[in-house]
Amino acid sequence: MTAPQPSSEIAYNGPMKILVMEDDREAADYLQKAFAEAGHTAHVAGDGETGFALADAGDYDVMVVDRLMPRRDGLSVIAALRSRGNTTPVLILSALGEVDDRVTGLRAGGDDYLTKPYAFSELLARVEVLNRRASARESETVYRVGDLELDRLSHSVKRAGREITLQPREFRLLEYLMRHAGQVVTRTMLLENVWDYHFDPQTNVIDVHVSRLRGKIEKGFDKPILHTIRGAGYMLKGG
Amino acid sequence: MALSLPAIMKTTAARLSALYLLLFALCAVLLVLYMTSLSARMLTAQTQETINDEVLGLARAYQRGGLPVLVRVVENRSRQPGANLYLIADANGQILTGNVQSLAPGVIETEGWTTEPFSYQRFGEGELDRLRSGNTDQPAPQAGESNPQSEGAKGHNAIALVLRLPNQMIMLVGRDLGEPERFRAVISRALTLALGMMGLGGILIWFFVGRAALKRIDSVSDASRRIMGGDLSGRLPVTGAGDEFDRLSENLNSMLARIAMLNEGLKQVSDNIAHDLKTPLTRLRNRAEATLAGRHKTEDYRQALEGTIAESDQLIKTFNAILMISRLEAGYSSEQTGPVDLAATVSDVVELYEPVAEEAGVALKTTVPEALTINGNRELIGQALSNIVDNAIKYSTDAAETPKVRVALERAGSEIKLTVTDNGHGIPEDADRARATERFVRLEKSRSQPGSGLGLSLAKAIMTFHNGRLDLLPANPGLSVVMSFPLRETH
Repeated sequence: MTAPQPSSEIAYNGPMKILVMEDDREAADYLQKAFAEAGHTAHVAGDGETGFALADAGDYDVMVVDRLMPRRDGLSVIAALRSRGNTTPVLILSALGEVDDRVTGLRAGGDDYLTKPYAFSELLARVEVLNRRASARESETVYRVGDLELDRLSHSVKRAGREITLQPREFRLLEYLMRHAGQVVTRTMLLENVWDYHFDPQTNVIDVHVSRLRGKIEKGFDKPILHTIRGAGYMLKGG
Repeated sequence: MALSLPAIMKTTAARLSALYLLLFALCAVLLVLYMTSLSARMLTAQTQETINDEVLGLARAYQRGGLPVLVRVVENRSRQPGANLYLIADANGQILTGNVQSLAPGVIETEGWTTEPFSYQRFGEGELDRLRSGNTDQPAPQAGESNPQSEGAKGHNAIALVLRLPNQMIMLVGRDLGEPERFRAVISRALTLALGMMGLGGILIWFFVGRAALKRIDSVSDASRRIMGGDLSGRLPVTGAGDEFDRLSENLNSMLARIAMLNEGLKQVSDNIAHDLKTPLTRLRNRAEATLAGRHKTEDYRQALEGTIAESDQLIKTFNAILMISRLEAGYSSEQTGPVDLAATVSDVVELYEPVAEEAGVALKTTVPEALTINGNRELIGQALSNIVDNAIKYSTDAAETPKVRVALERAGSEIKLTVTDNGHGIPEDADRARATERFVRLEKSRSQPGSGLGLSLAKAIMTFHNGRLDLLPANPGLSVVMSFPLRETH
């Protein structure tokens, strides 16, 4: 990827086709409705076998799989799909939230893991990020959002041509936000992906880090670029 | 012993005793049989050798002087005490000389070794017997004649070599089998005696040893029945003998102690849940109710709902923390462990909190000497440290001078100490410091601070999981929270 990338600041936020495997009828209905309100289409499977059949036949952008389901548990469904060459991103929902439960989930072929109970905004943010993963940005060396530019090789950040000096952690924070520009990124996603911790800090330490970063990339420029999404998280978005 | 025989046989001790007894007896019988057959064979071989020697001597006498010399030698030898059996008969079987008065019929008909022991009577024996029994009127039986009665009663058994001399006369040289037979009798008596003793010994051993064991097992099962009945404070008896029963009882006792402790923890958790979760739940409910009651602007409803969500999130966090503490404290945890660079973890967490500290005007300093790696769970250690640092930053803000928090990692003897010290008011009372790590304990002064009151309990549970300790020490001013990890072997 040497040629200049087409600016990917306009994120793909179009409607997704989501498969929800969840045996709790009420929770499944709620998810279906909530996804619809967010502009996506969700199909619901009430047990593992039905889920497997739907996933195997349909072309979904993301799957949300409950770990414990009747007839066939979530992990075995995922493993079976993966062995059939199905690479649809999977978010595992589970009441089991210990560190190694997460590890087993991811090892079975899951791409993300969310512990019940969860906020829908968290789930939506993660599902949208997962979908985006399909059109991977990992390989790009330069991220551009509006007039903000981040060079992953030279570790330099410029806004409107002006060099901005960042601490290493701030750089990684901005890198993650830019990779998911146009998408909501939650605090826990940042803690997980930038600091590699999965616990809930007592204080909102992430907020302070983000506001510091914001100070550096917005101070002296006209337009805000790092937005706070109420009740959800943050979004980097050019004008 | 009020037990009936079937009940006794049901006990393992009795069954084992019976089984061992049977096995030993079987082995003893086999051994004796083997020895008897071996020695009998040896004795027979010896007897045959003796007879062969005799025959050789007699053959030489015959060569020297023919039949008269042979007869003389035989007569001589016959008279010796304890002599072998000699007999010379003519071709018709009529006894000419020797010390045998009568023989089982047919013995001298076949040449060579007698195939099996035969019975015979020596000269003079019949008369002696009759004298002894006072029955003298019966005539002495003729040689060659059979006398079944006296044979059955008084005959001896012998084996012999039967030869035909060149003049068709028959010579028999034999040896009494009394010795091997006596030997066999002795052995069989000894065997019977040994078996008897063994049986008796087995029963005695079972009675004293087995019954003692049985009694102790009974006392253990009695005690456990009492404990199962609900008396969790009960313990199994330990005699102090230090034997396997004591070890078993001790292990079971420490298991009981652990169960009691977990039970106590469970009780505490449910008490605390009742206390500390009810409050926010009530608040949540009241807020919803109040919002429903009046007429409000849409923005107010929105705010109320957002507040509700925030409050439920806090409840979920608290709930997760309670579950995690219980899991860690129960010792049941499937959390994976591996090498953790404590120095890097400290740097990570301090870096995570640095902006918060700066915003609160707290100077956050670290002393991290080197890369210190232990075996543990990075995620858990990071969480414990972050809780402690979080607390330290919060409580140092009321410091008399510039608020400071110091995080120091050092090796101290056989431990690695990770110390977080603030210069706030600290916890002056010893008793309060001890209570601070208990679940939901929020000391009065900290009630105004946000938090669930679980941060330190979780940190303590995490340290316990790592075979370490969490200590709260006065820092004058302030508080030192010390996480001590064993240098080696953490899970």
